[in-house]
Amino acid sequence: MQLTLLALILALLTVIGFMTGRSRAAASVGGRVAELHSVPSYHGVYVALWAGLPALLLFVAWTAAEGWLAMQLVLSSLPERLTTGDGQSVALLKADILNLARGIATGREPDPLVQDAARRYAGLRDLADWSLLAVGASLAVAGLAWGRHRIGPDLRARPAVERVVRVALIVCSMVAILTTVGIVLSLLFEALRFFTVVSPLDFLFGTHWSPQMAMRADQVGSSGSFGAIPLFAGTLLITVIAMLVAVPVGLMAAIYMSEYAGRGVRTWLKPALEILAGIPTVVYGFFAALTMAPFVRSVGEALGLDVSSESALAAGIVMGVMIIPFVSSLSDDVINAVPQSLRDGSYGLGATRSETIKQVVLPAALPGIVAAVMLAVSRAIGETMIVTMASGLTANMTANPLQAVTTVTTQIATLLVGDQEFDSPKTLSAFGLGLVLFLVTLCLNMVALRVVRTYREKYD
Amino acid sequence: MTDLVEQDVSAVTPSPASSSGSNTPVKSRVRSEAFARRLRARHVAERRFRLAGAAAVALAALMLVVLLGSIVAKGSTAFWEARIRLEVTLDPAEVAERNYAPILRRALHAQFPQVTDRAGKRVLNDLLSSGAPYELEAMVAKNPALVGTTLTVWVRADDEIDQLVKGRYRRDLPESERGLSDAKIAAADALLASGALAQGFNTTLFTAGDSREPEQAGIGGAIVGSLLTLLVTMALSVPVGISAAVYLEEFAPKNRWTDLIEVNINNLAAVPSIIFGLLGLAVFLGFFGMPRSAPLVGGLVMALMTLPVIIISARVALKAVPPSIREAALGIGASPLQTVLHHVLPLAMPGILTGTIIGMARALGETAPLLMIGMVAFIVDVPHGLTDSATVLPVQIYMWADSPERAFTERTSAAILILLGVLILLNGTAVILRKIFERRW
Repeated sequence: MQLTLLALILALLTVIGFMTGRSRAAASVGGRVAELHSVPSYHGVYVALWAGLPALLLFVAWTAAEGWLAMQLVLSSLPERLTTGDGQSVALLKADILNLARGIATGREPDPLVQDAARRYAGLRDLADWSLLAVGASLAVAGLAWGRHRIGPDLRARPAVERVVRVALIVCSMVAILTTVGIVLSLLFEALRFFTVVSPLDFLFGTHWSPQMAMRADQVGSSGSFGAIPLFAGTLLITVIAMLVAVPVGLMAAIYMSEYAGRGVRTWLKPALEILAGIPTVVYGFFAALTMAPFVRSVGEALGLDVSSESALAAGIVMGVMIIPFVSSLSDDVINAVPQSLRDGSYGLGATRSETIKQVVLPAALPGIVAAVMLAVSRAIGETMIVTMASGLTANMTANPLQAVTTVTTQIATLLVGDQEFDSPKTLSAFGLGLVLFLVTLCLNMVALRVVRTYREKYD
Repeated sequence: MTDLVEQDVSAVTPSPASSSGSNTPVKSRVRSEAFARRLRARHVAERRFRLAGAAAVALAALMLVVLLGSIVAKGSTAFWEARIRLEVTLDPAEVAERNYAPILRRALHAQFPQVTDRAGKRVLNDLLSSGAPYELEAMVAKNPALVGTTLTVWVRADDEIDQLVKGRYRRDLPESERGLSDAKIAAADALLASGALAQGFNTTLFTAGDSREPEQAGIGGAIVGSLLTLLVTMALSVPVGISAAVYLEEFAPKNRWTDLIEVNINNLAAVPSIIFGLLGLAVFLGFFGMPRSAPLVGGLVMALMTLPVIIISARVALKAVPPSIREAALGIGASPLQTVLHHVLPLAMPGILTGTIIGMARALGETAPLLMIGMVAFIVDVPHGLTDSATVLPVQIYMWADSPERAFTERTSAAILILLGVLILLNGTAVILRKIFERRW
């Protein structure tokens, strides 16, 4: 409530700052605006920035620190026996206090001390919010007054405003870097916790995957072994099937569209392929599980083969279909980038169209096509929904496409959906898999993007 | 100089004598049997290659048709639902106790006077949806004057009856394999014959939240969840993305640092979406302690995911604005920032908008990262705020696809059709925008 109020006050003060800044700038030179260093609206923005920005920064810092500070204060006032213990029990205590403070029932009868702490916590938060409101509002008013005071004919308002905008732009472009850093750090951090329990060698080279951990010593069927080779093999199998579908079809479609198809055909085909590319993966997954898998199974049965109802083949084929437009649009770009003079030279020597394509265009476009295929492979490896919905969960190590296999992404998804304890190796193993997935796709993308880049420069 | 050229020309242009001399052997080579055979073979190869290309395109198109066709075939019927007509008498005593189920049951039994045994009556009770009493309750709540009167109402039928009416059960199978008892089929047929069982437009599908009973399940909650998530995504990724693109394209000095940012953005665009889910789980839920299943967190993750797409397309659009515009603005005294804000950005806006719409369409169809942050929960209520538990349309599709009931398959397909409709609308808008505002400099 207080925060909404503060946001409203800040917005109001910013608008007021803009208005007063603009009018005061005009008034300071008696309406002869040309005598000002900057246009009046820059003076307006200048005052508005003074009013809004410091208070906003305070607001961000305060809300980030408030919860933690209040929790520390509350915890320090609790008796030793509650706050000393391993990390888990303290985390539990914190969660209890938070839930009680928010009015969510914790399920078990809470300790009166904890209840008291929760009340105190809620009180502290309330107090902190009110003081933030007071401090923030006064800071905004002070900023407004200061900005207004600075206004005069000699104030270089525009450069000042532009400096702020420039910093904001730089901050925005840093978000992408921060995202990457966040991905790497979160994956590394959690994966390292996993590797303290399971050795990296066992993880990368073990051949038995069964992440169910035993709760009791005598429990049956939960060995808790984390050998990821079967997952890598399953991913590889499905990726190979997908590539066998996507690369020939996508490449031939690209060749046909860029070299043979007339204008009329192209205007229809391109959007059709774009539709195929725009279909969400969950739809492909549904199609794979409910249409393709039974179809593959019935065809296999008609041929007298034993096909699993979650065969790798069905998932692989549908994934291939999903990747066709990806391969074809990337190769289309590459093929179009081959200079016309190469084709004309070949035609001039009497080669037919297909000979020109096979012996001149494709060799010239080869690096780009290889890069496109690599990007497609990285896409297939990282695809989650199709395999989660259409491939199995049992970690089989097989090269038989008619059997069920499981993949890295399927395991990540199933390990992390549902109830999670953040400390069990079962949950953490998902981050280990994620790290492997990230590194592999990163390498493929890096190489492919570099090839595309240098290649494009060669013909430009 | 002129001499040289003339020499060249004379060297290239053959004299009449020499041309007639060399022509005869060439002619004979063209007419030779071996040459003709080779040429035929080459032309056949040419046709074969062309056919292979056409076949590839046809295969891709066929897949699209099969995919859409199978979903339409499965899902188009979900827009109708079977309803049963009943003559109910609203007994004030039962209404006061909010005990609506017996009222409906009595009305249904009245249509089958010949059924007297308990088993038979239970079969009849199962024809009605377990949500039917709530429908009646809502009706009474809206119009209390109905209490004590007798009126005709249409209430929802059970999902099995719904599927039977739509012809999704094979009547020729023996009872044990069919999954629907003969007695129920007979009762439903009797209702059909008397016109008391009919199909009406399925409003539940659009308004209700999730439910374990297919006939009461809808995508209303998921649609609201998708909208909230998309709102957060848009509010974050569009301003940040455009600002980043403007900085990188217009202001950034060319050095290793900006090179790093650029490589980084390109790589980020190709990172598997599930990795963003892991990031959201570890950072937003684990580190910042944000609530699970909330559209706020979903929107944050999606914003990080669509950011590279928006930056890349915005940079392409900015690059397409010719330098002359910038030079003209700078020449009449605009500052670099004024040049960009007043001239370059407005001209690049259509392109940026197209990229943004495509990025949003991608975010709308994305599922995997949201599974990681717990948006896969079973949520009956329609969410009201950014921190309420919610699910989104693709995740709803994922959850329903797992349900064994036939009626859920139908509703999943219908939800897919709606999702695809929205996506095609978005992408179509992007294409049209591009067509309208496309400008060649």
